[in-house]
Amino acid sequence: MTPDTKIETKNIKKQNIVSSTDAGTLSNDNRKNVFSSKNFNLWYGDNHALQDINLDFKENDISAIIGPSGCGKSTFVKSLNRMVELVPIVRTEGQIIYKDRDIFEKSFTKEELRTKVGMVFQKPNPFPKSIYDNVAYGPRVHGIKKKKILDEVVESSLRDAAIWDELKDRLHENAYGLSGGQQQRVCIARALAIEPDVILMDEPTSALDPISTIKVEDLMKELKKNYSIIVVTHNMQQAARVSDTTAFFYEGYVVEHDDTNVIFENPNDKRTEDYVSGRFG
Amino acid sequence: MGLIDKKIIDNKRTSRLFWNNTAMVVFFLCTLVGLLVLAMLIYDTLNDGLRFLRWDFITNFASARNVEVSGFYGAIIGSLWLMLVTAPVAIILSVSTALYLEEYARKGRVTDFIKINISNLAGVPSVVFGLLGLGLFVRAMSMGNSVLAAGLTLALMILPVIAVASQEAIRAVPSSVREASIGMGATKWQTVSRIVLPAAIPGIITGIILALSRAIGETAPLVVIGVPTTLLRTPSSVMDPFQAMPMQIYSWVKMPQHDFSDLAATGIIVLLAILLAMNSVAIFIRNKFSRKY
Repeated sequence: MTPDTKIETKNIKKQNIVSSTDAGTLSNDNRKNVFSSKNFNLWYGDNHALQDINLDFKENDISAIIGPSGCGKSTFVKSLNRMVELVPIVRTEGQIIYKDRDIFEKSFTKEELRTKVGMVFQKPNPFPKSIYDNVAYGPRVHGIKKKKILDEVVESSLRDAAIWDELKDRLHENAYGLSGGQQQRVCIARALAIEPDVILMDEPTSALDPISTIKVEDLMKELKKNYSIIVVTHNMQQAARVSDTTAFFYEGYVVEHDDTNVIFENPNDKRTEDYVSGRFG
Repeated sequence: MGLIDKKIIDNKRTSRLFWNNTAMVVFFLCTLVGLLVLAMLIYDTLNDGLRFLRWDFITNFASARNVEVSGFYGAIIGSLWLMLVTAPVAIILSVSTALYLEEYARKGRVTDFIKINISNLAGVPSVVFGLLGLGLFVRAMSMGNSVLAAGLTLALMILPVIAVASQEAIRAVPSSVREASIGMGATKWQTVSRIVLPAAIPGIITGIILALSRAIGETAPLVVIGVPTTLLRTPSSVMDPFQAMPMQIYSWVKMPQHDFSDLAATGIIVLLAILLAMNSVAIFIRNKFSRKY
């Protein structure tokens, strides 16, 4: 790790930005970035919730974002598919580049972005429809109507979400009859069904029991072969278990972004060390 | 320890339990008042009206001379025509309004102001809507006392009722499922039509049927518009004059002969039966389509 990624204080960080040093860039890695944010700022009304965020996320990584409540980690991940703009008072500045395109470009519609960048939410949120209709919803919305294709998509998505064997005889039951853990994996299957490049996960296991959590984590490790995953988590052990890189957010800033083992074993910043060792947050 | 006098607690217990039981009895008696009044009304109506309730009553036109052959046919058909105009106009306008206000309009003072005024509109007396209909549809737009003029008037009257019920039903759909849909690249309209509306439909339909039940029994606007009571034909288009059930009942009640007020009771029985059927449909639909979140 090069020392220039180290951020001691807000002041030093701001200087870094002036000298256009990418705070979140990991060197010695020549894989492509799926996402990189450049001087990204976000306000909720007058509340400056994200300040000069510079982060790169690599393809086929599981990138974890950790930090105490209210640090802006969910806000940031929702900025990546522009869901954050559902809140009317949100204002943004700066760039977020998704594979060489600025997501805020006029020609890049939110619909197209969200087709490529899927999302799994904090609480399982299946539609009040059958399991089949839940998974087939995305493809149908995008105009795929042939039953044969839909059947195949539903099966392969549920297989990828490691829940096909449990549910293959119950496809036409209402998804609300499933347990929380099953619902969340159906929601993951639903996100996979439109074949996105990136899957954003906003605390995907916070409403689940430990066994379901392990299942979802195993699933994430399996999915990273084909997808890039950016996961917000409250649970530091989870970040340590599943992720390749970890970004630590604090009060709207990125304090540190590095390989997960560096963040957890040898962090550069005192605050990161305090947070990952459980001294605050 | 020892701060509380255990004796007081023991003494108080009897009175606490007394008030606990009293509350239940009072609430039950209040419920009973409503039930008794309803039972008396129905008994009285059946008592007066049942003797004229024959097939003839359904198939004959009204006669002001002979109570034995006077019937409800023109009024029933006229009311159905009226609903044919009122229902589609009211449903399309009010459900669209509710969808716009809940799903599309920017949240803010203007939207809140519109919402409050729609609720206020639901409380405006029906006779005021009758005057509006008379001024606007009957006279200014020269529709006369046609099905169209009365139907539009009633549609305006129940529009806020359906809009408020629809707004509530739409608001009850959790935002998490909207986000799930939008998060997959669905458009607003796809989200509204495939997720929000199906989930809100039981509440919307319940509101629609209750509002239509109110419209079909409404008299005051029809009096103001001048709906005729002696008409020996049914309308063949929406521009024709027509009769309506509540108007017919009202005109029979006004007749000097006692038999005609009993005939009015017969009309009420038919009207109540139709209302009961409509409400049953509402309950059926609500139970059949209701989903739990």
